[in-house]
Amino acid sequence: MPEMTLVQAVNSALREEMRRDPGMVLLGEDIGNLGGVFRATDGLLGEFGEQRVMDTPLNECGVVGVAIGMAMLGVRVCAEIQFADFVYPGFDQIVNELAKIRYRSGGQFSAPVVIRMPYGGGIRGGLYHSQSPEALFVHTAGLRVVIPSNPYDAKGLLKAALRGADPVIFMEPKRIYRAGRAEVPTEDYTVPLDCARVVRPGADVTVLAYGAMVSLCLEAADRAAAAGTELEVLDIRTLWPLDIEAVLASVRKTGRVVIVHEAPRACGYGAELAAQLCERAIDVLQAPIVRVTGADTPVPYALEAYYLPDAARVLHGVDRVLKY
Amino acid sequence: METTIVSQGSGREQDPSRLEHPLHRYLDPVRAVPHPVVQVLDEQGIPVGPAPPIAADDLLQLYRWMVRVRVFDTRMVNLQRQGRVAFFVPSWGEEAVQIGTAHALEPHDWIFSAYREQGTAMMRGYPPWKLICQILGNGEDLLKGRQMPDHFGAAEYRFTVASSPVGTQIPQAVGGALALRLRGEPSVAVTYFGDGASSTGDFHAGLTFAAVQQAPVVFFCKNNGWAISLPTARQCRAERLADKAIGYGLPGITVDGNDILAVCTVARDAVDWARSGRGPVLLEFLTQRMGPHSTADDVTRYRPNELLEPWKKRDPIHRFRLYLEGRGLWSVAAEQEFRAEVDEWFNEAIRRAEHQPPPAPETMFDDVYAVTPWHLHEQQDEVLQCRK
Ligand SMILES: Cc1ncc(C[n+]2csc(CCOP(=O)(O)OP(=O)(O)O)c2C)c(N)n1
Ligand SMILES: [Mg+2]
Repeated sequence: MPEMTLVQAVNSALREEMRRDPGMVLLGEDIGNLGGVFRATDGLLGEFGEQRVMDTPLNECGVVGVAIGMAMLGVRVCAEIQFADFVYPGFDQIVNELAKIRYRSGGQFSAPVVIRMPYGGGIRGGLYHSQSPEALFVHTAGLRVVIPSNPYDAKGLLKAALRGADPVIFMEPKRIYRAGRAEVPTEDYTVPLDCARVVRPGADVTVLAYGAMVSLCLEAADRAAAAGTELEVLDIRTLWPLDIEAVLASVRKTGRVVIVHEAPRACGYGAELAAQLCERAIDVLQAPIVRVTGADTPVPYALEAYYLPDAARVLHGVDRVLKY
Repeated sequence: METTIVSQGSGREQDPSRLEHPLHRYLDPVRAVPHPVVQVLDEQGIPVGPAPPIAADDLLQLYRWMVRVRVFDTRMVNLQRQGRVAFFVPSWGEEAVQIGTAHALEPHDWIFSAYREQGTAMMRGYPPWKLICQILGNGEDLLKGRQMPDHFGAAEYRFTVASSPVGTQIPQAVGGALALRLRGEPSVAVTYFGDGASSTGDFHAGLTFAAVQQAPVVFFCKNNGWAISLPTARQCRAERLADKAIGYGLPGITVDGNDILAVCTVARDAVDWARSGRGPVLLEFLTQRMGPHSTADDVTRYRPNELLEPWKKRDPIHRFRLYLEGRGLWSVAAEQEFRAEVDEWFNEAIRRAEHQPPPAPETMFDDVYAVTPWHLHEQQDEVLQCRK
């Protein structure tokens, strides 16, 4: 099996799906000759031509709006937003249009657009190249929200998204685009859009994470194990709809939960996870749920390391649920 | 085909930018003059330009459809006053734009409309009783009662479903047009929107993308003088909304929107332009919203009645009737007979629509996703249990 980085896995998924569906179109800013600012679409213009790999003017409302129109008329579209921080000019088209077309038309129309966007901190991007707006999309009925944490999942989830019937917000943790290589099969495969994954089993504390946070939770788990505590690290992968059964299964086993994300805490995705657990598993909880998250501040440029969760902060959270 | 239509109260005569200034040396005097408005019939229905080659039967159809739209609007507003309809958006005065543009399309063309295109929908084949089902939000509504009145949509008639946020359909129509081109289909996409919508970012996005891609799309801007209470002169500083096209690099043409023959002619040419691969076109139709913004509006707070007087003389239906009568194609007797027929048509449509049951409560959770996920099933159980 070949080894690939996460961004190569994305590229490979796009390429294979473009080959599979000769009608499929990519659109976004600088995705053509440049191959995307992160090279996720590298080489695709050459193979598929500019009708299918469309460099667009700098207007996210246009990127999303045009993608919706294409999809409503039956074209499979994958749109790239250059950075999640710049999705807001297209936000109305996502929230009021993309997410609601099936519903508001009584099922007559649908727009299963996949919108890819690199998100998150860790690249010294400051306020405007570091944001993690996943909760805004989870909050919007009609969208699926997917965040891979490794190359294998990135490819399999993106392929599943591109074959699905719903619009998908596909957020890519850009700090780990090239963090390492992993084996990715050459034969066709998909990863289902409603399945969390136990990355590391453990009996003492459940750690819920996704995206770039998964690997630092694994690092924390190694350190905890050395000190005699077994963390169970669950990669949520498909934030919405959530694989609640997988989360409950883990929590019933451990009774203790730490939720980790780099987005701000207030009304963040962790708040929804915590609420779900309070409603469904309060009887098995042996300690309050602890959230280890980004701060409720913009992402600071020079002090980013203080903003982002790291293994030490995850362990601090673990300590709190253990010592309760 | 120069016209007598005055620009809508711009009051630019005192404009300081017209005073002598060195900057004028760099300005194009031609561009400073608003371009002419295309007109075929004058206010008395007398041709001032060459009439388009439309067969007599077709001319009568255009007339009949305009009357149907007007009567439909009146009937719906009356139902609203009687409390039988919650809300309605009349299109009084805008019949020629809706019908003339719809006439220019092939059944396989796609329409991305706003909420004031009931006439276009009807002419495309959307049955009136189904439109009323939408207005009532009942179980026979194609939209399953999901939206406020006047947000029509029917895949069968290639009429995409309207939403409330103003202007969002504009870039979507461009995407639709690109999809059609990608598949090598001979169809075009058209989109309807108002003067207010021409200020949105979506308008900018749509025209920018369309021009760069040379998409087969026609933009129908219905300048009815108002965006709720804001007159067009305060919506946009340019004399003509069609002038905006210049900046995007596509043709922009202003048409007398109360002159159905002018609408038909220019819309047909524009659609042909787009269909033949020449790229997008922006058409601005000058018209007037003769009624309120909606049944929830109070026009007396912002629009003096006198303002409508000149527009009453330009009434698109009356004007066209004079033309038809002048050609011996229509008569008082024909009018009477047709009016009775239309009344009966809508009586039947209203009766049928009002007899439909409301949507079943459990359908509230359908169509959020292609397959309803667990959390919605759970919420459905909760809602239905508590409402038993
Ligand atoms: C984005 C957005 N802002 C505000 C509104 C409220 N609103 C509804 S219709 C309207 C005026 C639209 O005017 P225009 O585009 O000229 O269309 P018309 O109603 O005249 O047909 C406004 C402000 C809205 N629906 N959407
Ligand atoms: Mg208007």
